[in-house]
Amino acid sequence: MSEACSVILVPSTSHAIRAEKVLQRAGIACKMIPVPRHISSDCGVCVRVWRADADAARRALEAAGLEIEGICDA
Amino acid sequence: MIYFDNAATSWPKPPEVAEAMMHFLRDVGANPGRSGHRTAVESGRIVYAAREAVCELVNAPDPLRVAFTANVTVALNMALWGLLRPGEHVITSSMEHNSVMRPLRALERKGVQLTVVRCSAEGLLNPADVEGAIRPNTRMIVLNHASNVAGTILPVREAGRIARAHNLFLLVDAAQTAGAYPIDVGADHIDLLAFTGHKSLLGPMGTGGLVVGPRVDVSQMEPLICGGTGSRSEREEQPDFLPDMLESGTPNAVGIAGLEAGIRWVLGRGVDAIRAHEMALAQRAIDGLRAIPGVTVYGPLDAARQTATVSFNIAGMEPSEAGLRLDEEHGILCRVGLHCAPAAHKTLGTFPVGTVRFGMGVFNTADEVDAAVAAVANLAREARR
Ligand SMILES: Cc1ncc(COP(=O)(O)O)c(C=O)c1O
Repeated sequence: MSEACSVILVPSTSHAIRAEKVLQRAGIACKMIPVPRHISSDCGVCVRVWRADADAARRALEAAGLEIEGICDA
Repeated sequence: MIYFDNAATSWPKPPEVAEAMMHFLRDVGANPGRSGHRTAVESGRIVYAAREAVCELVNAPDPLRVAFTANVTVALNMALWGLLRPGEHVITSSMEHNSVMRPLRALERKGVQLTVVRCSAEGLLNPADVEGAIRPNTRMIVLNHASNVAGTILPVREAGRIARAHNLFLLVDAAQTAGAYPIDVGADHIDLLAFTGHKSLLGPMGTGGLVVGPRVDVSQMEPLICGGTGSRSEREEQPDFLPDMLESGTPNAVGIAGLEAGIRWVLGRGVDAIRAHEMALAQRAIDGLRAIPGVTVYGPLDAARQTATVSFNIAGMEPSEAGLRLDEEHGILCRVGLHCAPAAHKTLGTFPVGTVRFGMGVFNTADEVDAAVAAVANLAREARR
């Protein structure tokens, strides 16, 4: 399953919660998870989505004016 | 016992406030934004929900631009020290609390220029006087939304229009109004709204915050306190984004949980309904006190132009004695003296003696006002003998 996922990296937990709300409103399934070790050494959280939804997620977050640091394969 | 010290801090609190805090302490407990496990995320959600509640209350668009602080004093200092530079000019009113006046006087010693616009003896501010004080190097207007001494409401919306027209920041100290009087940061053109959680928002002490509007470019803002935020931990520089930039150190998450419950209670009751209730109490107190021989009431004497905070003096009796006797003989708890606002008392002509202040709140009743007025009448009669 994890091969089919992407993670959205955000600056802070507050951003992750906001991102989750924006995605839920856009009907995009998502889950907040700790940032996988191989992606960042930071101790924070990120938002996981289906890889097929990654582009739609990026567009929804951009439309909401939410700053993201990147989307990468998980 | 009659609690008339809501202008200092509100009491009682809705039961939901203590329940939310108990829930946090008993069932959640983790550090928000510091770890990725389930209770840390839950803690983060609780804090985020409080950001949303603040936004809903003041019609702010972005929960991420609400930074929580220990109280309004810290929020005001963050805005003032964060944005004003030596050589720049700032305008304020003569009705300010020391939480604005003292940082401004300290900034003045660092080379910031300060104009204190004089208000009338009722504490009213003429917006034209603010506009007249603007100089080419003016950066900001800082105003008390309502005086903690006489309750006088200052013309924030007009000041906001002036600030917008001259490209200045408007910083508002909403300590006395948030939760008790409508605030709309968009319509009022408020660029920075500083609030405290423990007054009319009905939250616990140790909560407050700063709502940062879209016109404020945070890259131009110097954080007052730097430190750990749980974000960008690989870097030794302070984050440059909100809210983390202004939220170093573990927040008072248990207090913020209570604050959210307090704001939700206010939103449920409705600020307009709360305002109507408090206006009725204020007018009843003003009329009752003014009718007592030997009693002088300060401020606009019109509930439509003030909050439910009413200041007065009894001829022939020091405020300190009046306060003590109201407490001991009548069970009425209020605050006397200068109320941390010497400038406001100078404006009202009550410096250095001060006043007796009845700070009424949403849980007070007309019967309590009547009892308090009768008690003051009693004291005034004795003082005349
Ligand atoms: C107008 C005003 N500003 C600032 C403050 C300071 O509030 P806090 O002690 O919560 O920082 C108060 C209340 O004490 C106030 O009434």
